[in-house]
Amino acid sequence: MSNQILVGTAKGLIQYQIPRGTHWQAAQVHFQGFTVGLLYVDERSGRWWVGLSHKHWGEKLHYSDDGGATWQESSVPTLQGESLPNGQPARLRQLWCMQHGGHDKPGTLWLGTDPGALFKSEDQGETFTLVRGLWDHPSRQQPGQWFGAGSDTPFIHSIVLDPRDSDHVYVAVSCAGVFETRDGGWHWEPKNQGLVAAYLPNPEVEVGHDPHCLLMPRQHPGVLWQQNHCGIFYSGNGGAQWQEVSDAAGVPYYGFALAVDDANPRRAWVIPAERDAQRVAAGLALRVFQTNDQGVTWESVSDGLPQQHAFDIVLRQAFARQNKLMVFGTNNGNLYLSDTDSIHWKTISHTLPKVNSVIIIQAPR
Amino acid sequence: MPKVKFTTALKRFYPNLQDTVVAGQTVSELLEQINKTYPGIRNYLVEEDGSLRKHVNIFVDEALIHDRNCLTDAVTLNDEVLIYQALSGG
Repeated sequence: MSNQILVGTAKGLIQYQIPRGTHWQAAQVHFQGFTVGLLYVDERSGRWWVGLSHKHWGEKLHYSDDGGATWQESSVPTLQGESLPNGQPARLRQLWCMQHGGHDKPGTLWLGTDPGALFKSEDQGETFTLVRGLWDHPSRQQPGQWFGAGSDTPFIHSIVLDPRDSDHVYVAVSCAGVFETRDGGWHWEPKNQGLVAAYLPNPEVEVGHDPHCLLMPRQHPGVLWQQNHCGIFYSGNGGAQWQEVSDAAGVPYYGFALAVDDANPRRAWVIPAERDAQRVAAGLALRVFQTNDQGVTWESVSDGLPQQHAFDIVLRQAFARQNKLMVFGTNNGNLYLSDTDSIHWKTISHTLPKVNSVIIIQAPR
Repeated sequence: MPKVKFTTALKRFYPNLQDTVVAGQTVSELLEQINKTYPGIRNYLVEEDGSLRKHVNIFVDEALIHDRNCLTDAVTLNDEVLIYQALSGG
């Protein structure tokens, strides 16, 4: 049994094998030619989930219970009969993210989509039901609180489960902000205090924020990190209050990708972009920045990465970390890996399509 | 009965897809029948509200259908119905 890396790209799912003690091995390709918009591995069952975005045929959901040897197509959720706040019919636009519903609820899955609809399955993905508590949240009907930025409509790109309590879940919506439920999805509260929406007349709105990526260190479920459109933010109290931890004088501020240390809640990594109006590597140098002190200081850990004329950015789901193994892929199809205690990046590929997502599957020890 | 032909692109998902003769008086009815032979194929062609997907075209005897929302265009016994992907993106 070897470690594996799954890479979801604009032209298929690529599977890498990394035997222990040697280098990565040649890839296997699944769904060649199709855009992988969602990629998820359910750690409870080992099931792989892939959401495909067909330009012609719509959104499709597939799963594999045998490590990609065979695939089954599952039904996708529907918004039939639902409306957007502008009165237009709501349609499923993209499958974005999935999260299991806890080890005590083996059949439960959460599914986040564009146009800002969260779905819940209680039968391992056979069927999905719209989570009305979020869909009908009063803030959605308020002008200027839920809106599209990178997309025409808001989308849910991050779902975070509290490992202590499977009824306690966070979602991040771009654009609306972070929402929390403590009752399994029936009721939701915005958790955006301390965030900044610099693109709005009132940057301190309760709803209207643009989190790009939301993560929780697994061993510290009271802690949340987010890479936001308007900086990097940390919360030590479950989102009740956010604190900006961008590097005020340096590079880490704008970007999409984020990784956290499951054991050390003060440690995180970002891969900054120049700024929202120039989505290229900051300074045209592809750099990973690390903080060990909750963002008080940031240092570049970019040995091995191109430092000149690099236009790459790293999308929100394209940076993965498990223990010392770190992998990220870029919008220009470059894939990098570091597996040493002292971070050093090795190139896995320069010839991939745009990388949307990266997942590490570590072999049992 | 009308004969329905498909773009070869759909064979990626339905390898056994063939020209199919089915009963029906409207395009919508034809799709319902085809979906029985090839379960799930309707969802490749129409949105969840039943309207034709943006990048799918259906022709009835070489004429593009008029009603993309409800697919009520009439089909007669000798018609040939073509289900194609729209050319887009160059």
